[in-house]
Amino acid sequence: MTKLQTLPAPEHEQGKDGKTPGSRTRGYGTRGGAGRPRESRGTLAFSRSARVKALAKHALLIITGGIMIYPLLWMVVSSLRPNDLIFREPGLWLNSLEMGNYTDGWSALSHPFGHYMLNSAIVVIGSILGNLISCSMAAYAFARLQFSGKKLFFGIMLLTIMLPFHVVIVPQYILFSQIGWVNTFWPLIVPKLLATDAFFVFLMVQFIRGIPKELDEAARIDGAGHPRIFLRVILPLMVPALATTTIFTFIWTWNDFFGALIYLTDPEMFTVPVALRAFVDSQSATSWGSLFAMSIVSLLPVFLVFLFGQRFLIKGIATTGIK
Amino acid sequence: MSAISELSSMSRRKGPVTDEEKRANRRDNKAAYIFLLPWLVGLVVITVGPMLMSLYLAFTDYNLLQPPEWTGLDNFTRMLGDARLHNSLRVTFTYVLVGVPLQLAVALLIALVLDKGLRGLPFYRSVFYLPSLLGGSVAVAILWKQIFGTTGLVNQVLAMFGIAGPGWISDPSTSLGSIILLHVWTFGSPMIIFLAGLRQIPNMYYEAAEVDGATTLQKFWRITLPMLSPIIFFNLVLQIIGSFQSFTQAFIVSGGNGGPSDSTMFFTLYLYQKGFGQFDMGYASAMAWFLLVIIGAFTAINFIASKYWVFYDD
Repeated sequence: MTKLQTLPAPEHEQGKDGKTPGSRTRGYGTRGGAGRPRESRGTLAFSRSARVKALAKHALLIITGGIMIYPLLWMVVSSLRPNDLIFREPGLWLNSLEMGNYTDGWSALSHPFGHYMLNSAIVVIGSILGNLISCSMAAYAFARLQFSGKKLFFGIMLLTIMLPFHVVIVPQYILFSQIGWVNTFWPLIVPKLLATDAFFVFLMVQFIRGIPKELDEAARIDGAGHPRIFLRVILPLMVPALATTTIFTFIWTWNDFFGALIYLTDPEMFTVPVALRAFVDSQSATSWGSLFAMSIVSLLPVFLVFLFGQRFLIKGIATTGIK
Repeated sequence: MSAISELSSMSRRKGPVTDEEKRANRRDNKAAYIFLLPWLVGLVVITVGPMLMSLYLAFTDYNLLQPPEWTGLDNFTRMLGDARLHNSLRVTFTYVLVGVPLQLAVALLIALVLDKGLRGLPFYRSVFYLPSLLGGSVAVAILWKQIFGTTGLVNQVLAMFGIAGPGWISDPSTSLGSIILLHVWTFGSPMIIFLAGLRQIPNMYYEAAEVDGATTLQKFWRITLPMLSPIIFFNLVLQIIGSFQSFTQAFIVSGGNGGPSDSTMFFTLYLYQKGFGQFDMGYASAMAWFLLVIIGAFTAINFIASKYWVFYDD
């Protein structure tokens, strides 16, 4: 499973996988859900015990999943309740719809909450563009070009994936504060323009390695140079990897707290996570309803990306093991 | 499959450079460095430069206002006598050594249940995966703060059974536990890696074992676990590296001070307080390098130990 394409993706679920074609026909549609060859013993493939087993599994999964998701559902419901009920009502039943928490929360800080979302959006868009451009360029060089020091650089690139960011944060802060970039979005965006999210370089290298080299060679015979091959041949074919990068960059940047906490101290420049933090500090325990409401507003974009981009997320994690 | 296996195979593979490869080298060098330029600049300015700089600062006294003053090993001897730092190490180790195995065990268990060709797998997978996307956010940390508060959701549910629960987050003996629970809650992403790994195990092994009359448990111990061991190892390495750097949850849940009585004072939280609260940048740099050494040591131990339990099929 070195290549992104050979990975089990949701839509391939019913079929084979790359390594052992044919030998793993799966019985997702069969009665009782346990009709897979691995499960069957002799002639009693669809015996009662298999069905009981499947039922037990469903029960286990529903209970576990229910417990996991319950807090989130409860937060949504609580945000629509009067404040005092949050500390008395563990259920999910709503007697009336209270939108006041949302209007209160929206204007609870010095700027309307939309202002912080806009700030976050700017950082997110800048980071996505930065990662897409810089990481795909580096990945093309690592996957397709021969150059001196390639092995060494590739090894260093892999090592930087695992480097704890705390080791560089102090001098980075000193550097950016000396340029006068504190309370600007540059410290959060510029590193992405310089391919410091090596995760994505690696992800894209893996993907490009799976694209047939004959395509490059055909283009080269037609007289195309590397910039042209990169732009016209490779980039259009690596759209799935670019999509995965976009989605992960979106979620990580949207959630990024540490960077914003250090570099953005002026409320004017707050992104959503630091704005929420300021909200918690200012409102201690008095208005959990509006705090919940804004928390949900802040989670909504991530949730939407999850809904529509799940396929790419799951492929991406399975290939590189990123969070 | 992963950055880790790639890295370990690189050190093994040392082929001779052929003439053809040398010619190719000359041809592409210029183009390659142009494509690599952003990454190279980033490596120097954003990564390696700051690393060396922080190594230097670790031996100085520096508060951003006056120029750094060389103090030799002072910061490190201070660390030896800093009781709060020792406590923060204990908190972090507990978090990593309890949270990571627990999270991976749950991830593996659910992946095993899901792998058996169950109906509705995409739905279940989504439900289990969602928390790991949201878990790192401030919003979920806020939710956690309420849920495990004195009058939070957990105690409301317990009250229905007549149990008066403690203030999980305000009690130093349970506060770290509730943050570990938040880590376990995000088991979705390792679960997906396990699911991908489980599908790579050739079915013929199970068929052969069935012919020989192996039980389900035997199949798990003799086939699934060995075949999955590279993936378990990979998850373990990544999760340990990531967990040592955990910050947001403890920061929000404790209101930024690592309380109550330093029970959730993670190493990173203390580093933040030293560096960006008190602007003791020299000490913070020394702490950062200490963290790097700890993480490096854990990763090295992991790799050495892996020789005894990780099984490679090839």
